[in-house]
Amino acid sequence: MNKSDLNDPFEQARVEQGFAQVSDQDDPVTMVLRLKDVRKCAHNTKTFSSEDVPGRIVVPSEVNIRTTRQIPFEVDPPMHKGYRALLDPWFKRPLEDEYKAKLNAQIDELVDAVINGEPVEVIEQFSLVLQSRALTLLLNTPFEDSDLWISWGTHVFRSEGEALDGDKAQILYDYIDAEIERAIANPSDDLYSVLLAAEVDGKKLTKEEVKGVIVLTFSGGRDTVINAVSNTIAYFAEHPESLQRLRDEPEIRGRAIEEFIRYFSPLTHMGRVVTEDTQVCEHAAKADTRISLCWASANRDASVFETPNEVVLDRKMNPHVGFGFGHHNCLGATHARQILSTLINVLCDKVQTIDLLDTEDNIEEWDEFKRKVGYHRLNVRFNPK
Amino acid sequence: MAKITFITQDDENIVLEADSGSVMALAVENGVSGIDGDCGGVCSCATCHVHVNPDQVSQTGEASEIEKDMLELDDNANEYSRLCCQIEISEKLDGLILTVAN
Repeated sequence: MNKSDLNDPFEQARVEQGFAQVSDQDDPVTMVLRLKDVRKCAHNTKTFSSEDVPGRIVVPSEVNIRTTRQIPFEVDPPMHKGYRALLDPWFKRPLEDEYKAKLNAQIDELVDAVINGEPVEVIEQFSLVLQSRALTLLLNTPFEDSDLWISWGTHVFRSEGEALDGDKAQILYDYIDAEIERAIANPSDDLYSVLLAAEVDGKKLTKEEVKGVIVLTFSGGRDTVINAVSNTIAYFAEHPESLQRLRDEPEIRGRAIEEFIRYFSPLTHMGRVVTEDTQVCEHAAKADTRISLCWASANRDASVFETPNEVVLDRKMNPHVGFGFGHHNCLGATHARQILSTLINVLCDKVQTIDLLDTEDNIEEWDEFKRKVGYHRLNVRFNPK
Repeated sequence: MAKITFITQDDENIVLEADSGSVMALAVENGVSGIDGDCGGVCSCATCHVHVNPDQVSQTGEASEIEKDMLELDDNANEYSRLCCQIEISEKLDGLILTVAN
């Protein structure tokens, strides 16, 4: 197995049963593993709700460390629609030329800084920095804000050896509270101010609702973007022919991005709370229990994807659920796609090859399922063109 | 060259001409409202949903299984639904009328 390969620990359970039960604190989860079932459950928001106690649909559950409801992520239709309609135009800004140019300048500068013949630890020195700086564009806040976010390290919610860390999460919540107060005192054109002035269904957003959107923006796009960027770098390091192909065939870069999202599946799964007794894959799912929609498993479903465990850069039919599916599909997907697109463009332009020096995998454990999602440490050397 | 008409949810008629590429790409390049094409055309995002004029279904052909599976869970889907990233432009499409579903 190559160092940049990401395994599929769910294959046997997916093929044989279609689901798997795993423990999480005192609230076990039935993981839904097949693509069609994942889509159907994601679509059925009445039976599989996102709107329970804040934090419960996240796996591992955050109910003990969070009281703020993330919006629109933890709101079901029809309420969800109004929030999403408000947010969608803002989160599509990455398609604007000015945004693209700024993101390009950020990533260009970052790549220039690491092409120096010296070993680079990608997670801390590249991906975290890239993600944090790009987030200033998404929030439309000063570039310098990213210095503080970088200082928080890769895990806002986690400490080494602990799945959840309430004290660490509080740092983020306190920061966001202070930023909201700042925006009230001095409105600007950042996301805080835009939300504070906004209405949904004729009602102004409360501070708590604004906080819910901002918490989602910070937490949903942190580990996921860092993993996507780091996995992309590791993949190119081990597959120099792929980087060369994308250089030669820029027309397939869009497909390559979707394929990376499918193969890497930066978010393994997301939960739902069952609202009425039902069945998942002929298995009873009782009211007030949890299921999870396992994007990572669905994205390797051989009944839909040919050669699912291979990266096919120009895969033409790729109905992946790497950004989720249905009402709650990823709000930050446009930003994430733009990051990967810009990264690939800059790497093609400036980097000939990448040497993979030393790695330590980041492996999630869900009982017997051990899934690599990225790296704790990824040392490489970037070789200029 | 094929002339294709898009009717948006605001009842705007947009007539575009092309001889190759996907119908989704044509719509996105020309800013047809309701066609986003977020995934670039790999049949993953369902943001390019159109209803084919019932008299012209033979021009576009049928959706593949994968495409049908995507459409099955779209609230605005009907028997004339297609994801237009999966429709390749050719002379055969000349005169096609598509109603944007979202």
